[in-house]
Amino acid sequence: MNAPAIRVEGLEHTFRQKGREVRAVDGVDLEVGDGEFVALVGPSGCGKSTLLRVLAGLLVPTGGIAEVGGVSAAGRPGLVAYMPQKDLLLPWRRALANAALGLEVRGVPRQEARARARALFGVFGLEGFEQAWPAQMSGGMRQRLALLRTFLVPSRVLLLDEPFGALDAITRRGMHAWLQGVLAIEPRTVLLVTHDVEEALVLADRVVVMSPRPGRIVDEVAAPFARPREPGIVTEPAFVASKARVLAALGEGEAPVGAGEERTAPGA
Amino acid sequence: MTALPGAARGAGRFASAYGPSAVLLALLVAGWEAWVRAFDTRPYILPAPSRIWQGFWETKHLLPEHIRTTLGEAVLGLGFGAAAGVTIAVLVAGIPLVRRVLMPLLVVSQTIPMVVLAPLLIVWFGFGMTPKVVVVALWGFFPVAVATADGLMHADREMVGLVRSMGANRLQVLRYIAVPAALPAFFSGLKIAAAYAVGGAVVGEWIGASSGLGLYITRAQTSFRVDRVFVAVVLIALLSMLLFAAVHVLARLATPWMYVRTEEETT
Ligand SMILES: Nc1ncnc2c1ncn2[C@@H]1O[C@H](COP(=O)(O)OP(=O)(O)OP(=O)(O)O)[C@@H](O)[C@H]1O
Ligand SMILES: [Mg+2]
Repeated sequence: MNAPAIRVEGLEHTFRQKGREVRAVDGVDLEVGDGEFVALVGPSGCGKSTLLRVLAGLLVPTGGIAEVGGVSAAGRPGLVAYMPQKDLLLPWRRALANAALGLEVRGVPRQEARARARALFGVFGLEGFEQAWPAQMSGGMRQRLALLRTFLVPSRVLLLDEPFGALDAITRRGMHAWLQGVLAIEPRTVLLVTHDVEEALVLADRVVVMSPRPGRIVDEVAAPFARPREPGIVTEPAFVASKARVLAALGEGEAPVGAGEERTAPGA
Repeated sequence: MTALPGAARGAGRFASAYGPSAVLLALLVAGWEAWVRAFDTRPYILPAPSRIWQGFWETKHLLPEHIRTTLGEAVLGLGFGAAAGVTIAVLVAGIPLVRRVLMPLLVVSQTIPMVVLAPLLIVWFGFGMTPKVVVVALWGFFPVAVATADGLMHADREMVGLVRSMGANRLQVLRYIAVPAALPAFFSGLKIAAAYAVGGAVVGEWIGASSGLGLYITRAQTSFRVDRVFVAVVLIALLSMLLFAAVHVLARLATPWMYVRTEEETT
């Protein structure tokens, strides 16, 4: 049995609230292979978070298939490590206890869970803040803590909803390097939502572009160069061409560029 | 960090927090004393503060026993009330049917005046401690139940979703999210209950008791010692504040995260 890590077919979801209907996603097809890294970009409100919540088992879709490792995720949480768009740190747990939450929920003894979490605080730039309350941390620190917590959830599939949105450019680049390094050592399947096209192309094997609401998949762009990638590649012609194509699909750039064609980035 | 040592800083904060109230209270007491002396008001109508102090001094050998009894009833009643309140809150928050059936009855139960109920309780439970503890518990469970149920039902749904996505079962959702989320509300309810607990015990004693501040008041009244009634009133206020402060300390210990921001902002 060789089911893909993530399989989404004809997925649709309509939110109903007091007679008002919002069709968030409309016929999304997506397959992510084991160990593959896929980035999902799309305009705000197109249903990216909705798709992730369905895969996390927190939202039963009104139609279509959503599977993780060949198992239907509809109403079945616990199959993935999910990082929601909001950091959702528990205010009653200190930073270290927040980081270890996923392990503790899975029954890892508290001592061991916290030791494993502590070991990663340095890498995430959170050293010395193990005993801080979430209320005492900055937005960027909270986000890094939320990512750390997600990473410690023992699951092969990661769903990351804008994990670097609150970080400055330098910290973000550091996190990119760290993420690539970790995935090189311990490969995991990643579905990453981002608004940053460059980030998507630096990190992912494939960038999937969604249309405005109701969200459908309008294009798929393979990222050039093998992973892990150096930050310097963003000026390479092949990278720039891919970026132009993604932006075009988003309706923000110029007309799509043919493969192999060399172009400079629009407006760059 | 300031150069002031912690204790001095704490004392300074205490003074700035309660100083104005203390000054106002002192002014009121002085005015009261002046009024009574100026108009020569009879002590069985309104005793002067100095007269009340005298009443305290005359009976101070009796007071520790009465205070022990009343405080014991108040604390016990508060404990039972809190336990009952939490149990009801869990049922109300967890089972919709219980919520619909029980909630209106609970509200109705709070409209029964305690002065009506207290004599009945004495008929049922005798003159000992029990009816007083029951009065306090009946008074205290309601704010605890309402506040705790509210806290349990309003746990952040997205946080619940987060731990569910990690594979948490219902019990774990309760342990990691609902219970800690409801703790601050529980303590708010408990503070209200604590503020009324001593008064509740006194009402219970007032109907019939062999010891306690309620009995002290009854005796003072029958001998027209209004000054001693005031002694009891002041003691009831002080004991209520003590109980309230104790719950506050408990809340700080049990929910330290609730006090992180205020600490930063006031220093
Ligand atoms: N719980 C909900 N109830 C009703 N409507 C919802 C709910 N959640 C999302 N929606 C609607 O569904 C649509 C898609 O929302 P979603 O959060 O998936 O967008 P998104 O692509 O993640 O946007 P962003 O990039 O801004 O995060 C939006 O129009 C939103 O208003
Ligand atoms: Mg979103």
